[in-house]
Amino acid sequence: MSDLAEKIRVRCTLNGAAATLEAYPMARLLDVLRDEAGLTGVKEGCGEGECGACSVELDGEIVNSCLIPVLQAEGATIRTIEGVATGDQLHEVQQAFITYGGAQCGICTPGMVLAAVNLLKRKPHATLTEIREGLSGNLCRCTGYTKIFTAVMAACRDMDRTVEG
Amino acid sequence: MRASLPSYELLAPRNLGAALEMLTREPGVWRPFAGGTDLMVLLEAGKLPHRKFLSIWKFAELRGIDVSSKSLSIGALSTYTEIQRNAILQREFPLLCRAASETGSVATQNRGTLGGNIANASPAADSPPALLVYDAEIELISAKGARRVAYRDFHTGYKKMRMHNDELVWRIHLNRALKRDKEYYRKVGTRKAQAISKICFAASASVEKGRINDVRIALGSVAPTVFRATETEKILGSEKLTSSLLEAAQATLGREISPIDDMRSTAVYRRRVAQNLLGEFFDLMNT
Repeated sequence: MSDLAEKIRVRCTLNGAAATLEAYPMARLLDVLRDEAGLTGVKEGCGEGECGACSVELDGEIVNSCLIPVLQAEGATIRTIEGVATGDQLHEVQQAFITYGGAQCGICTPGMVLAAVNLLKRKPHATLTEIREGLSGNLCRCTGYTKIFTAVMAACRDMDRTVEG
Repeated sequence: MRASLPSYELLAPRNLGAALEMLTREPGVWRPFAGGTDLMVLLEAGKLPHRKFLSIWKFAELRGIDVSSKSLSIGALSTYTEIQRNAILQREFPLLCRAASETGSVATQNRGTLGGNIANASPAADSPPALLVYDAEIELISAKGARRVAYRDFHTGYKKMRMHNDELVWRIHLNRALKRDKEYYRKVGTRKAQAISKICFAASASVEKGRINDVRIALGSVAPTVFRATETEKILGSEKLTSSLLEAAQATLGREISPIDDMRSTAVYRRRVAQNLLGEFFDLMNT
């Protein structure tokens, strides 16, 4: 018997559509999403679960896709930044990042937006402290965070208005 | 250097029984792989020497937090997020919830497991000091059956445990009747969020009329394993809270721990901070 692993087929739901990914079982979900599925909005920062650039939603929870072997994505529902907008309609968080200048170089932005969207799903009336804690796993080396927090606070108000209106 | 992916096998046995049978049939060949928050970091750094793993992530038998009148039984695959969301743990075992909330980021807390924190056996892990203070029992399971080990006897040396290579951590048991009215937890790291600790200190005690009872103190990152400071506990046990007692206890704690210089801190700093944290716990007992 060979000591080399063989590629496996992993079935999952990717941004709302059924998908089959083919890769070695220990391949990082991050690499498979980028190279096999072409979802290059998933960024690699540190590659060790510190920076959050590779954040995706897996079964509704935020995870670092650099720390998930693709085998464990079998049967999972995955959402990447490509699945956040509805057609041409940006999510409130995405629009607020544009309006309030919540992005500079952009590497952290997809993970930051996804983490914020996920946070507001769990805590629709998040306070500034909850936002700071909720995004503490997403590092940004450009903005100094203030504009990001302002954007997420604004998105929080916009979403409220949408629900009430 | 990055790892070569084809040289790593990761299988998903169809259930717990099948996994335990594989662990028994080929002892030491297969190792469990849970949330991956430690192992994937090693893989990417090219520092994961073991090559064959069984994914245990989906086994329902290792999940869930069961409550009885006397105890709580936490499935080994319970994530830090699940621990924080459990109302009974929040109310009765706040140190464990605090440790869970200070472990990594939200993303790490969604994947990292209590059983993984135990079996990975890092002396810098955040939840073990809380488990030591709560006198947790670890239940292990193998194809031969289950057995329980007192957690305080579980870690025997750096990365060494009272656990055989055909066993998995199954459940963590906490006694709800354990006496304490003062509880303290503090992790000191380079930054507030998402740092590996330089030192971690957990403690509890009952204080009645200025006298200390049932004191339990545990530390991380100051010895080859997470560690119960039993000598310091003895000095404090049944004594009145006085400043001379604190001085004696701090001196004992300084002798009892064996911190080292490493990339995160120095032995001198760790010893001093451990003694200061004991002082802070002492102040709490005094209030």
